[in-house]
Amino acid sequence: MCLGVPGRVVSVTEWTAVVDFWGVRREVRLDIVDEPVQPGDYVLNHVGFAIRRIPAEDIEGTLAMYEDLIRQAPADDLMALDVRGEIDGTGRRSG
Amino acid sequence: MDSIRLDAALRQLKFRDPLVARRLAEAIAGTVGEIGRSPVSVMHVCGSHEQAIAKFGLRATFPKDLNVIMGPGCPVCITDMPEVDEGVALARQGVIVASYGDMLRVRGTALSLNDAQAEGASVEVVYSAAQAVQLARKTDREVVFFSTGFETTAVATAAVLEAGVPDNFSVLSAHKYIPPVMEIVAEMPETRVEGFLAAGHAAAITGWGIFEPFVERHGIPVVVAGFEPLDILAGLARLVELVRDRTPRVVNMFPRCVTREGNRRAQERLWNVFRPVGGRWRGIAHVPNGNLRLRDEWARFDARRRFKIDLASLWDGVPSTLAADCICGDIMSGIASPDDCKLFGKECVPDTPVGACMVSSEGTCKIWHQYGGHPDLAAL
Repeated sequence: MCLGVPGRVVSVTEWTAVVDFWGVRREVRLDIVDEPVQPGDYVLNHVGFAIRRIPAEDIEGTLAMYEDLIRQAPADDLMALDVRGEIDGTGRRSG
Repeated sequence: MDSIRLDAALRQLKFRDPLVARRLAEAIAGTVGEIGRSPVSVMHVCGSHEQAIAKFGLRATFPKDLNVIMGPGCPVCITDMPEVDEGVALARQGVIVASYGDMLRVRGTALSLNDAQAEGASVEVVYSAAQAVQLARKTDREVVFFSTGFETTAVATAAVLEAGVPDNFSVLSAHKYIPPVMEIVAEMPETRVEGFLAAGHAAAITGWGIFEPFVERHGIPVVVAGFEPLDILAGLARLVELVRDRTPRVVNMFPRCVTREGNRRAQERLWNVFRPVGGRWRGIAHVPNGNLRLRDEWARFDARRRFKIDLASLWDGVPSTLAADCICGDIMSGIASPDDCKLFGKECVPDTPVGACMVSSEGTCKIWHQYGGHPDLAAL
């Protein structure tokens, strides 16, 4: 009952949106979310209601926070380099 | 917007990266080592946190001197027996009772909603408050939405009432409000909580600022954390730092969903419809302001005022002797773990639960039964 699940908005009508949750589409209500929601936005959902539009910059902030906590990783750690490469790679592809 | 990058992040890849998890676990162990005493006890108050901890085996990565206690975070488990009784009694009185799926198997003092259904009462499972309203629109019969859950879920109940419901719809509210119970648990001498991990989605509604007076009163740090494995590990890493540095304050480790003010619109809806009243939480205590009841303005849609609920009819049954051995209350207060209970995994299993903690998908016992509580990875 109590899980908050993020999903991507596919379409919006007045008080409802169709949201894609990794391939599963569900209708969610927009009565509670405190910002206008558009197709392409990500929203956090709870029991059929969007409770938060997730801003792109906050996602970045969270990732930066993890980076911060692991910054002591040795410079020659190949997996760490891979992870960073992957993050950079996705960034470039979309740029 | 950098949509592909955002998309990748939200596909959780970044929030489950094993390398990062290992580093975070090392950071936690390092900090707990610096604190230099045992155990360092912190508590989360969210079934979703326990689910993620158990599902991803995070407990195996915690240092042995860190005790991560499961608090009263399962809304189904803390719904008090008399509240379940009210739902059961209404169902037997001939109204349609709609509720979230987990609630059906929780017993009141005598029966569960499932039992009532087996007797022929109309009990319907809904995924959302909105679905319960749709149910009412399709029938002439009375539909009572037995609404449980914390503030995050109460907001949804408030929203459907404000949006307008048919006359045959009413609400039996068993909603609970988390901040007051933290006050109670913080004062429990047996528990000695040194830090709280607060639930990210509830804080998305209330804002993290709501914990500031609590931190001031009790001198206990609060870290708001999300539900991915890395969210939890990062939250714990920060929390033990605050414990080590003796700097009680609120830290938001879930900024992608939580702001200081929270969702104002949702708060308005919540407090327009509900008012906090004192009441019992199953197994915990009487919690001042811990229950949410409909305000007088909404009396028309309050099932407690619309119907005369006949509880006496339920109380002929003799309570099971097994229930006396159930330690759900201690588990929800963080005093005991499921494997401290002699019924756990024996008489009490998910198919035939004795206590509420084994019923709900957010109950600690059910989660431990499903995934194992203290996986010993070193033994593999």
